[in-house]
Amino acid sequence: MPSALPEGDPAPRDGVLPESALSGLGSRRFGLYMHVPFCVVRCGYCDFNTYTASELGDDPGASRTSYHRAVIHELNLARKVLGADAPPADTVFFGGGTPTLLTPEQFDAVLTVVRDEFGLAPDAEITTEANPDSIGADSLRRLRDSGITRISFGMQSAVPHVLATLDRTHDPERVPRVMDWAREAGFDHVSLDLIYGTPGESMADWRTSLDAALDTRPDHISAYSLIVEPGTALAQRVRRGELAAPDDDDLADKYQLADEVLGARGLAWYEVSNWARAPAARCRHNEIYWTGGDWWGAGPGAHSHVGGVRWWNVKHPAAYAARLAEDRSPAYAREILDDEVRRMERVLLELRLSDGLSLSVLDPAGVRAAARQTEAGNLEPAALDRGRAVLTCRGRLLADAVVRDLLP
Amino acid sequence: MIRNFCIIAHIDHGKSTLADRMLQLTGVVEGRQMREQYLDRMDIERERGITIKSQAVRLPWTATAGEGAGQTYVLNMIDTPGHVDFTYEVSRSLAACEGAVLVVDAAQGIEAQTLANLYLAIDADLHLIPVLNKIDLPGAQPEKYAAELAHIIGCDAGDVIRVSAKTGEGVEHLLNEIVAQVSPPVGDADAPSRAMIFDSIYDTYRGVVTYVRVIDGKLSHRERIKMMSTGAVHEMLEVGVIAPEPTKAQEIGVGEVGYLITGVKDVRQSRVGDTVTSSVNGATHALPGYRHPNPMVYAGLYPIDGDDYPALRDALDRLQLNDAALMFEPETSGALGFGFRCGFLGLLHMEIVRERLEREFDLDLISTSPNAVYRVEMEDGTEFEVTNPSEFPGGSGGSSPQKGTSPTGKVAAVYEPVVHATIISPSDYIGSIMELCQGRRGSLLGMDYLSAERVELRYTVPLAEIVFDFFDQLKSRTKGYGSLDYEPTGEEPADLVKVDIMLHGETVDAFSAIVHRDSAYSYGVSLARKLKELIPRQQFEVPIQAAIGSRIIARETVRAMRKDVLAKCYGGDITRKRKLLERQKEGKKRMKTVGRVEVPQEAFIAALSTGGTPEKGK
Repeated sequence: MPSALPEGDPAPRDGVLPESALSGLGSRRFGLYMHVPFCVVRCGYCDFNTYTASELGDDPGASRTSYHRAVIHELNLARKVLGADAPPADTVFFGGGTPTLLTPEQFDAVLTVVRDEFGLAPDAEITTEANPDSIGADSLRRLRDSGITRISFGMQSAVPHVLATLDRTHDPERVPRVMDWAREAGFDHVSLDLIYGTPGESMADWRTSLDAALDTRPDHISAYSLIVEPGTALAQRVRRGELAAPDDDDLADKYQLADEVLGARGLAWYEVSNWARAPAARCRHNEIYWTGGDWWGAGPGAHSHVGGVRWWNVKHPAAYAARLAEDRSPAYAREILDDEVRRMERVLLELRLSDGLSLSVLDPAGVRAAARQTEAGNLEPAALDRGRAVLTCRGRLLADAVVRDLLP
Repeated sequence: MIRNFCIIAHIDHGKSTLADRMLQLTGVVEGRQMREQYLDRMDIERERGITIKSQAVRLPWTATAGEGAGQTYVLNMIDTPGHVDFTYEVSRSLAACEGAVLVVDAAQGIEAQTLANLYLAIDADLHLIPVLNKIDLPGAQPEKYAAELAHIIGCDAGDVIRVSAKTGEGVEHLLNEIVAQVSPPVGDADAPSRAMIFDSIYDTYRGVVTYVRVIDGKLSHRERIKMMSTGAVHEMLEVGVIAPEPTKAQEIGVGEVGYLITGVKDVRQSRVGDTVTSSVNGATHALPGYRHPNPMVYAGLYPIDGDDYPALRDALDRLQLNDAALMFEPETSGALGFGFRCGFLGLLHMEIVRERLEREFDLDLISTSPNAVYRVEMEDGTEFEVTNPSEFPGGSGGSSPQKGTSPTGKVAAVYEPVVHATIISPSDYIGSIMELCQGRRGSLLGMDYLSAERVELRYTVPLAEIVFDFFDQLKSRTKGYGSLDYEPTGEEPADLVKVDIMLHGETVDAFSAIVHRDSAYSYGVSLARKLKELIPRQQFEVPIQAAIGSRIIARETVRAMRKDVLAKCYGGDITRKRKLLERQKEGKKRMKTVGRVEVPQEAFIAALSTGGTPEKGK
């Protein structure tokens, strides 16, 4: 079951943005996100906004074949709303769901509209998520030909019983093969997603997954602790006692192991859950999220942010398509952030980065709290001397507590 | 032509229903005005089926049988509080009567509290009329319980009157028997007036209404009266009788029961047991028996929302207008904030006060564990009373340094109140009850079989052991059949210690308790364990220690929190994450800080809710 959308203020029918949000457009990084809400099967842990064929039924508006037309419609709307000053996109990200369920023609069609309406910055990063199961050498070549520059594979684990608990259907042996194919197809940037803390996963299992991932020589790894999201099949199994709930100490041990092992093999953390082989290998699209940049999220349930306005689309693909068919904005609700909220967001987002947070963002009590947190071993003393709050490994595990302490 | 009587019964044995039926039969209340338990005015009384404050009502009865047949008598029925906490009030009610109707449920037999009140009636020299009620019940065993009653009061089983207050069967006969058996009051109509206060209640519109039984002389609405214990003189605004609504009269004469109103606003100026006389040419000797009610049990009451502190003070002030036994003074707790140290007559009294505060004044309260009152003798000969664990000299030898107001120096001896406890139960549970009483430092005084299957056990037990969770334990060990009554019998020296609970080295005052040395360890261990489950992990390790003075007797550790971060943070997670942060910061405001440790107030509340709910009457 997909999680619920936040509540917010009503969003205008035409999607128009306040003047304040549009001023400065182009001086900030700009990205486009395409949400592809389709999966062949739903994994038990996932609460993302995604649907299987049977869940969608035969609603024509929600069909996978016509989906790209609704997205294109939204891109046209985005261009209208952002106006003539809309900058070329620095990044494009296809996420899901399973974006590779789109046909190569659909990718082409969407990217053509992106080029026509916005243009692409030189060296634009164009990423798609992909499932090792449902992709082959040919389709990888086609994706590269369409202009995709970066692939992020959902590996999750190299251990069969862990994959089974996660409802992941791929054979672990397939990961090294798709990695090779991706490189053969010409992708310089290939990332792997891992999940740790799955019920039944031992420390040795996690070590096996980390080593297996590193052996395929990715230039980027995201490692997320398993979160038992309410409403998921996993949550139900935990509640019924079939599976043990993830244990915080175990998660902490596994995080520390990941940081150690990844660091030893040349990947440095740059965000709490992300490691890259070099600054150039970082995911620039995600960096837009974390540094207050602008992005337009197209697709059902996609979130956007432009100049201090956040909004999010209606969730269901049919409702989404219906809105656009009426030439209406698919936004469900929005919020206009005031200065204090923007400051709060800066603290909670930038503190998660290896570049850290400038102490100038904090009030005097926050600066004192930063000194306290440094003493407690959660912030780097050297960085503090340079005027920046940067989390230590221990501090990254307590990032939310540190954020609460730094804010009034 | 006056008969003054009361009804003694266990809470759900049908006293109020019987009173209702008498009101109807004597025509005092018309059928259509009748509501159930007419005399129990407070909501709590009606809901819990117990009488907290006594009432008196005047019933005109034209006898339908016996020697007085055809003659009209004035029956003054005085309803007695049914609970042990109010023993003193019961004894004053009894002193206003010449006879007592002892009502016992024909399906359950006599209960410990009834027995206690029965003994009070016997001590007061009242004529007893034994009655079995609820004879209409399918489970009634009138033969068996008539024999039991006859055995207890030493009468013939055939003398036990059988009634059903519900159907009215036998109630007329009972009224005739009251006329026939209870002697008319004897007093000197010409002597200076003396009336005994057996109850006083605060009425929002009229001020204090004082219920009296005139022993000698008469009280007229024109005179000024004097309270003999204090010498205070009041204007008499009104005298009257209750029939069953207050009805003004010119005067109430010798032997009569009625009420008087003086404009006094606080029941403490019109104390139960005091003697009222005329201010001019009044009596010189008060009636015997006046006693100032002293709290037996103390506990701290705190508003859950600190902003409610002034409201709590106002509410306690209001309750005190009607409850002379309620005492309170401000106290501050590091864990719970501002509140009041309150003194109660017993556990039911405490429970009732708390429930009234929550219900009538809409307050959410947390109460610390109740404790008894201790007397401490120091080696230098000084002596003081401890009503709050924080005043207790630390360590048993008193050699460790003290914080706060408790005296320094060496303790010579500590005395604790002991009670005489009576337990009535089916005999199957004797072993289990004895085990309970021995575990609570009780000593057996005696045991009697009331019938083949029911037994009465008598113990002396320290009050402190009773106030903890004794009654709950008794109920669970006897499958709900056991009943308990206790009355204070004095004090005994005891080896008592104060156990403190420390969080990260800081004492949490709300958890300090005075316990016997033998149970100090188990108290410390169980509370430390409980807190370990309730206190959220902090960024650092938090030791929870139980200590006697400076000696640690138990230790648990809340391990440091190692993970407090949401792994994912995509674009769509930002709003959600920020809202979560806002909620967490809101929650932090409800945290109490003990030293560096942040503890949700809920954790204190949960730790103090021992499940030891005080006696709810039954």
